[in-house]
Amino acid sequence: MLQGWVIIVVSFAYLGLLFAIAYYADQRADAGRSVIASPYVYSLSLGVYATAWTFYGSVGRAASDGVGFLPIYIGPTLMIALWWVVMRKIIRICKQNRITSLADFIASRYGKSALIGGLVTVIAVVGIVPYISLQLKAVSNSFTIVLQYPEIVMPAKVGAVPFLHDTALGVALILAAFAIAFGTRHLDAAEHHQGMVAAIAFESLVKLLAFLAVGIFVTFGLYNGFGDVFARAEASSRLRTMLTPLDAVAGSYASWAWLTILSMLAIMFLPRQFQVAVIENVDEDHLNKAIWLFPLYMLAINIFVLPLAFGGLLHFPAGSVDADTFVLTLPMAERQELLALLVFIGGLSAATGMVIVETIALSTMVCNDLVMPVLLRLRVLRLNQRRDLTGLLLGIRRGAIVLVLLLGYLYFRIAGEAYALVSIGLISFAAVAQFAPVVLGGIFWRGGTRRGALAGLAAGFLVWFYTLMLPAFARSDWLPIGFLEHGPFGLALLNPQQLFGLARLDHITHAMIWSMIANIGAYVGVSLSTAQSAEEHRQASLFVDVFKRSGEAGGARFWRGTASAPELFDLLARFLGPASAQAVFQDYARGKGVQWPGDDLLADAEFVHYVETQLAGAIGASSARIMVASVVKEEALTIEEVRQIVDEASQVVAYSHQLEQKSRELEAATTELRAANERLQELDRLKDDFVSTVSHELRTPLTSIRSFSEILREDPEMDLTQRKKFLDIITKETERLTRLINTILDLSKLESGTTEWHETSIDMKDVIESTMTATSQLFKEKNVRLEAKLPERVPRLVADFDRVTQVIFNLLSNAVKFCEAGKGRVEVALAEDNGFLRVDVSDNGPGISPKDQKVIFDKFRQAGDALTDKPRGTGLGLHISFHIVEHYGGRIWVTSRPGKRTTFSFTLPLAREPAPVNAT
Amino acid sequence: MDNLEIKGQRLVALSMLGCLVFNYPILELFNRPGTILGIPVLYAFIFVAWGLLIALMALVVETKSRSGR
Repeated sequence: MLQGWVIIVVSFAYLGLLFAIAYYADQRADAGRSVIASPYVYSLSLGVYATAWTFYGSVGRAASDGVGFLPIYIGPTLMIALWWVVMRKIIRICKQNRITSLADFIASRYGKSALIGGLVTVIAVVGIVPYISLQLKAVSNSFTIVLQYPEIVMPAKVGAVPFLHDTALGVALILAAFAIAFGTRHLDAAEHHQGMVAAIAFESLVKLLAFLAVGIFVTFGLYNGFGDVFARAEASSRLRTMLTPLDAVAGSYASWAWLTILSMLAIMFLPRQFQVAVIENVDEDHLNKAIWLFPLYMLAINIFVLPLAFGGLLHFPAGSVDADTFVLTLPMAERQELLALLVFIGGLSAATGMVIVETIALSTMVCNDLVMPVLLRLRVLRLNQRRDLTGLLLGIRRGAIVLVLLLGYLYFRIAGEAYALVSIGLISFAAVAQFAPVVLGGIFWRGGTRRGALAGLAAGFLVWFYTLMLPAFARSDWLPIGFLEHGPFGLALLNPQQLFGLARLDHITHAMIWSMIANIGAYVGVSLSTAQSAEEHRQASLFVDVFKRSGEAGGARFWRGTASAPELFDLLARFLGPASAQAVFQDYARGKGVQWPGDDLLADAEFVHYVETQLAGAIGASSARIMVASVVKEEALTIEEVRQIVDEASQVVAYSHQLEQKSRELEAATTELRAANERLQELDRLKDDFVSTVSHELRTPLTSIRSFSEILREDPEMDLTQRKKFLDIITKETERLTRLINTILDLSKLESGTTEWHETSIDMKDVIESTMTATSQLFKEKNVRLEAKLPERVPRLVADFDRVTQVIFNLLSNAVKFCEAGKGRVEVALAEDNGFLRVDVSDNGPGISPKDQKVIFDKFRQAGDALTDKPRGTGLGLHISFHIVEHYGGRIWVTSRPGKRTTFSFTLPLAREPAPVNAT
Repeated sequence: MDNLEIKGQRLVALSMLGCLVFNYPILELFNRPGTILGIPVLYAFIFVAWGLLIALMALVVETKSRSGR
């Protein structure tokens, strides 16, 4: 079924399907329901990176280099991880400045220089033409091979084809038609080609599926899985060497590293990648999914490359079939007609996707950055007076598309046979890598100047041309081959492939090293030794600080002059067409809350900048600059003024940062103050409580002393026993009063830090035992059992004997106080615990609620409700104990649950320097 | 703002990790004869490491910003 007409019908059906998809997507876009507003479509459209070179050429390269093809696909993975930092910035810059191509981007950054835009365009066209010819060659070759079915004959042996039957030319013309239909349908300031992107995303799916299909067929159909293919390769003496040593197979590690770098740059700076990744991006957030989906796509399309390469090498006798065609010839050799057809379509989709996007991107560059600046400068053409230039613009772009494709075709006819697919592609990669220093430098380094960029681009391009392009010409017999072998005029030092004697490197590595040295060196060197103009300075600041400014009005601050809205309208209408211009003006007017036409639109700096940006979308930044300048009277700003505006802006930013900082500090201070105030109020309340409690505690004994004294005074007849009883009470109450006052004095000394500490070496066991003896009377009175669990020996520690006794006394008397008479049981335990001595005093009293536990060591706090419960102590004992324990660096705490045992514990450190006397 | 920055930094770190893993001398460690499940060591290492790197990138990008702050 693989007759010529079937293949042609299927191919046209496929291209027709592409047209249909693109048409549908464009219709949807016009209706406002975009199909490309999806991260998945965005990620798939990035797959335009995988061209016919990937589809056919990877296997070819793998067949000679083993893993050597992989850096081309690993590099993008490494680069895309940086996209969140780099690409997001580039996308934002392009959106704000309506930049529509790579050339426009670089020209805008360096002072909207038409010269730079032109140079970039020339480099891009010269660099990419071989790459386009590679695609045409792949399609033409695969077509020729399929046509020979069931024979497998290499195209080189088919012989010359008559001009009319030339597939490559036919393909080139059909693709030109497609690119014109969907790339230059209308002029749009945003330059989104929704139909094209939808078609490209679809093509990415087709080529992936086709490649996976043939990969699975060969790996699992012809062989029994990956292991089998490799095992057979291992068994073949011809292939064994390819299975391991990287340095012998893929060239040196230097080649590997440089190929990685090259592909890292290519994924950003190939015009088609810039087009789909930046210009066609409709939402920055799509980067999120793309960052991992696109590398995954690369991984998937590469999994079967090695099995296919080894499968092909094993299957065909050495040298009979070009490894670049294994993908197609393997299914053909196995009589899998449908699969072969699918592969052919897959290859077609890979090639067409690349060619369509690349030519559209290049045509925008050629039109906006090469042709228009020249035309606008040629006064003879009187373009300034033409009413409608949209037709001219579209015409130039269409012409550029056809021209680029024809150039590609020409290159294919003349030089295409000399190289394998991969080598041609790499030459193009090296060309676009020359954009890297000026773009990356341009968005992160303010200092790059127009002259620096020009010097860098020119130097890099020249070295690239000399080391890669001239040898390619020499191989195609355009130049004497002796030029390659002995250098120009016999000067070996200038040998283009061993420049200055740098040998033992592959051509690409050699060219990259020299061109990057020349490029970066000239860019940095000249930038540092030349001054920026006002325009350059302002553009540099707009690009580098894009995230620090908001909205498109950023550039408006740099403009001063007078303009009239109708004149600006006329200008815009000439390039965008009246309808689009009307829409643009109405959009702006709506934002300002006025009507257009109707109300007077104030043609202020912001508005002029807005119009210029819109215009830049259609004709490029440098041309837009010239056109706007022709209808408005503007005052040129000096470099000092621009610098001042930039500085002011950065100062304002700095001030606002400072203000934010200050206000945050203020807030923190306020919070602190509020907390301090609350604490003070709490202390005040505590003081009040303290005074009232103390007064209360003092008054009770005083009242009783006074009443009994009065009774004694008024009743002299009282009998002696009664009198003695009363006097006993008075004495007891006086003692209580004294004790209370002593405690308070003690506490105030403790709190003010004026207590005297009499440090001696004490044995905790002694202290506990003597305190137990002293309190035994209390326990007996209330019939509460007191038990002690003391170890045989504990280390001695240095402390004030009386103070420690006081702590234990407080805990014991507390315990007995809260125990129920008769049933109470108090237990004292002593233990050594990790450098501390620990004393536990537990009782089976009513327990303490968690709320009370928190405050029980505060002054005058007692467990229970102060209103209803009768107070059972001064409420100072625990507070004093707390101070004493704290003084020795120990800890005191309580563990209790209401109804369960309550345990008061404290620790004192063992190894302690004796505390200085009177220390706090 | 800060979340975006942290995400960016994590991705840059992954990129640097990738540059390390897919270069001399780490590659040299796996550049020797022998197979893993029938696949030559070097090929197996490259594809597995590549897959893992992509997985990590997906993790960083797709994790909702519960990070750092």
